[in-house]
Amino acid sequence: MINFHEINETNQMIANENLDIRTITLGLNLLDCIDNNLKKLNENIYKKVTDTAKDLVKTGKALEREYGIPIVNKRISVTPISIIGGSACHNPDGFISIAKTLDKAAKDLGIDFIGGYSALVSKGMTKADENLILSIPEALAQTDFVCSSVNVGSTKTGLNMDAVKLMGKIIKETSYKTKERDSIGCAKLVVFCNAPDDNPFMAGAFHGVTEPDAVINVGISGPGTVKSALENHENTNFEEICEIIKKTSFKITRVGQMIAKEASKRMNIPFGIVDLSLAPTPQKNDSVAEILEKMGLEMVGAPGTTAALAILNDQVKKGGIMAASYVGGLSGAFIPVSEDRGMIEAVNEGSLNIEKLEAMTCVCSVGLDMIAVPGDIPASTISGIIADEAAIGMINQKTTAVRIIPVHGKSVGDTAHFGGLLGQAPIMEVNKHSCETFINRSGRIPAPVHSFKN
Amino acid sequence: MMEKAIITVLGKDKIGIIAAICNYLADSDINVLDISQTILDEYFNMIMIVDLESTTCDFKDISINLEQIGKKIGVIIKIQKEEIFTNMHRI
Repeated sequence: MINFHEINETNQMIANENLDIRTITLGLNLLDCIDNNLKKLNENIYKKVTDTAKDLVKTGKALEREYGIPIVNKRISVTPISIIGGSACHNPDGFISIAKTLDKAAKDLGIDFIGGYSALVSKGMTKADENLILSIPEALAQTDFVCSSVNVGSTKTGLNMDAVKLMGKIIKETSYKTKERDSIGCAKLVVFCNAPDDNPFMAGAFHGVTEPDAVINVGISGPGTVKSALENHENTNFEEICEIIKKTSFKITRVGQMIAKEASKRMNIPFGIVDLSLAPTPQKNDSVAEILEKMGLEMVGAPGTTAALAILNDQVKKGGIMAASYVGGLSGAFIPVSEDRGMIEAVNEGSLNIEKLEAMTCVCSVGLDMIAVPGDIPASTISGIIADEAAIGMINQKTTAVRIIPVHGKSVGDTAHFGGLLGQAPIMEVNKHSCETFINRSGRIPAPVHSFKN
Repeated sequence: MMEKAIITVLGKDKIGIIAAICNYLADSDINVLDISQTILDEYFNMIMIVDLESTTCDFKDISINLEQIGKKIGVIIKIQKEEIFTNMHRI
């Protein structure tokens, strides 16, 4: 039988260390909604989403009550809309009507986000992909819950630099269209390299075409739990701190696995994966940066930060992989600046800059995430940042992403406020030298040599 | 088959906390399997392991009723299914 010490440990994690299930995400195939009549297509999408997900919020709330663990978000990811809308939408406006349908479905269901307003263009763009991408600024300005992502490269295909160039402009336009709210539209837009098909985290979640009709994916959280486990271990060696992180990761992932299986059983939808990510929030004691500091850095950004993050990321995976029957998504430590108290402080103190964050993304999950930059930054510079990050992903065979927010009307020294889980971000300095000539070359960067494994 | 749940109680100590909870459990056909109780600096901390096999009450109702009893006597009462603990601590 379970003992009282173990009960206390679990409840301590939940009550004081912010252990929670970040999201139950229902992945949903919309291929069977396709129709060349836009009105009919929108009706089909609304019906399929609201029918399949009708019990999502209810199930999440019941699990929360029965197991006493918060389930922060209930989300839906759908098949990339550029594929679904291709035959019905002959211009960006058609796609915007689908964004509004998704938004309405999300509102009516009471969920927190719906992702998959996406295009996969790692080698080239179809007309539909292009129309969807062109519609993103308006679609994000006119909706509240829709999240968008564009995959511009992969290790197998190389980088689509035309798409990288276009995304620089799209991000600038999205920033302008949502300027009244500190350009929040850009917080709901991610540019990927090697995007996974089964990621439950926003803004980058979409339901890949390799997935079944519907699937339950779960993303866990709990940086506070790892930090707390490292408390009082200032002088222990690397072997021991690795063991501590691994064991903690195992425990929190087991809870994620249990919730995923239970949600799957109750909704009669197959279980997909558990995403082993450590996702911070702006709350106290829920920060990845604080874990790195607990490992011995005066402040995140100090020399040693990349090594500390590499340890954390690897041990989280090692502990989590045994705890879950299927692991997927982004799996690793997230380092979103605006959503992490310790990261915000490090930027404000001048300890952390974009270049160091870029180095950190080589060893952890995803990439340059929730970074606010001056609103007057040129589109080509944003494209350059995307290209750098995508190149890291392509060469290292990992997922990388850029979620950057040029905050309209703000400059270095100001702070952007997004609210809720998205937090607040100090505007960061960007290298002022131009990369325009580089970005203006058209075409693709070829796939790297190590992608030819056949 | 046993259907175990864990009740945790936290709050300022006073007369009748255990009585109030146990009366409700008995009325609802919920069997108490084990109790651990400590008082530290006047703070009452109790963990009970209970069996829900015989009860006809819905888990959600039990949870809400315990919350209300807690409010009445000034403590926080929470009930959780056992699986969250066994999953975390047992392979």
